[in-house]
Amino acid sequence: MNAHGTVHKYGDHVDTDVIIPARYLASQNHQELASHCMEDIDKTFITRVKPGDLMVAGVNFGCGSSREHAPIAIRASGIDCVIAANFARIFYRNAINIGLPILECPAASAGIDDGDEVTVDFDSGVITNITKKETYQAEPFPPFIKEMIAKGGLMASLKAKEAAK
Amino acid sequence: MGMTMTQKILAAHAGKDAVRPGQLIQAKLDLVLGNDITTPVAINEFESAGFEKVFDSKRIALVMDHFTPNKDIKAATQCKQCRTFAKRFDIDHFYDTGAVGIEHALLPEQGLVAPGEAVIGADSHTCTYGALGAFSTGVGSTDMGAAMAAGETWFKVPSAIQVHLTGKLRPYVSGKDVILTLIGMIGVDGARYQSLEFTGSGVGELSIYDRLTICNMAIEAGAKNGIFPVDDVTRAYVEGRVDRPWTAFAADADAEYERTVEIDLGAVDCTVAYPHLPENARSARSGADVAIDQVVIGSCTNGQLADMAAAAAILKGRHLAPGVRGIIIPATQEIYRSCMHEGYTDIFLDAGCVVSTPTCGPCLGGHMGCLAAGERCVSTTNRNFVGRMGHVESEVYLASPAVAAASGVAGHLCHPEEVMNK
Ligand code: SF4
Repeated sequence: MNAHGTVHKYGDHVDTDVIIPARYLASQNHQELASHCMEDIDKTFITRVKPGDLMVAGVNFGCGSSREHAPIAIRASGIDCVIAANFARIFYRNAINIGLPILECPAASAGIDDGDEVTVDFDSGVITNITKKETYQAEPFPPFIKEMIAKGGLMASLKAKEAAK
Repeated sequence: MGMTMTQKILAAHAGKDAVRPGQLIQAKLDLVLGNDITTPVAINEFESAGFEKVFDSKRIALVMDHFTPNKDIKAATQCKQCRTFAKRFDIDHFYDTGAVGIEHALLPEQGLVAPGEAVIGADSHTCTYGALGAFSTGVGSTDMGAAMAAGETWFKVPSAIQVHLTGKLRPYVSGKDVILTLIGMIGVDGARYQSLEFTGSGVGELSIYDRLTICNMAIEAGAKNGIFPVDDVTRAYVEGRVDRPWTAFAADADAEYERTVEIDLGAVDCTVAYPHLPENARSARSGADVAIDQVVIGSCTNGQLADMAAAAAILKGRHLAPGVRGIIIPATQEIYRSCMHEGYTDIFLDAGCVVSTPTCGPCLGGHMGCLAAGERCVSTTNRNFVGRMGHVESEVYLASPAVAAASGVAGHLCHPEEVMNK
């Protein structure tokens, strides 16, 4: 499992209200949520993002309200992986539970700029900045988390496990 | 490298000899908790995934405490959905009106949590049970739905902050003042991802109720959990409640902590968190200008019998100041009954308070005591965010039962001494 794309870079303390404003929470439609993703701090994100792109941010990404809509909106926008110096705890859980790969890596967060071309090897945790010719080491996911993300999240992977029994 | 108490409990539940901070593990759960707000969402997840059975009908607790007795049709519908689910899967620990208490007071009281156990709850204050030497933390509804099916969940192993306690609390000072002081020191994200592990000679000076209050608010410092060592105080509480074997875990002598915060309990004074963050801690002595409209004594933070006793000691023979409303909510049916037997209910009624059946009620601005614009409340709850108890222009001051009761009598925020030494 790998990711390869162009980076959309943000700063510290990006909260879930910014990722998906509360005024859109009445919708459960993933595409509709995605169409408002980041709009309060980056109006053109949704027009620029291409499937497979990456999001990189500073510290405490996903802080604030525990809404699961936030990682859903990011994933549905086409983003394949979020890298941050660190994440707020409940966002971290929610992202993995809905199948959005996220990696904590302060070095990558500091070294990567907006528009850089980056690849991520989820098996080794190695993040390569092709533009800057740098690599950064993140803690790789253990197999069960990788499997959960590959299957599309917590519920989907549990169901698959049940079915295999 | 030595492990913290939390890390040892997690390792044991993951079937591993050792874990280290940052590691992702899969751990078995001893109990999965939900309430009347979060359980319906978890049930939807559970059912839409097509699960046909729960992992263990004795290890799920569903507590209808937030909007009960049902405040409106929506609340009634949510509880009905939970009731139907509980019946379908024979859930033993389904607490409905008449048996219900506020979840984080009820579960320890009923012996559903024991030292060394691992508990998740779809409620952020699930961290309360660290007071008993258990690992417990809040999660989302999807987590709860999955855990009801699987009986296990994943965790990222937290690092820890050691909170080293020495000394002894002074009169009128309680666990609430200790945790408000700590949050004031480290801030609302001071322990993000981390465990708050309490150690030191001061631990033995704290009652189980002080510890429950302290761990309850660990989340208000951003912590994943708070935890106390298991000692005679813990054993005395657990005995007669828990009827299954349990294990007391202790931190290794060489456990690694990211930092240590020292608190001399003797130096802690009555503390109030001003609006609109729990970290805005100030001395209760500087509140003379803060005129108040309401006091609330209750919640999962301070709804225990010890809290009722602290409030009764102040309110005995006194009356609320003119224009102040007093709302007292014992956290469980057992505490409610004890309040009558101990004579506290009469004291509260004589003081001009209302005494409610157990409910979260005003704590989250749900019902039973919401505030209007411009009103101020001294409350023993745990959050004073904008609009938490009602109108966005109302204000909540977090304090202990003693401070809340005294402030109600004085009509402004005050230290209990001001009322008692009169
Ligand atoms: S009393 Fe307040 S904080 Fe505690 S569980 Fe109820 S709503 Fe949540």
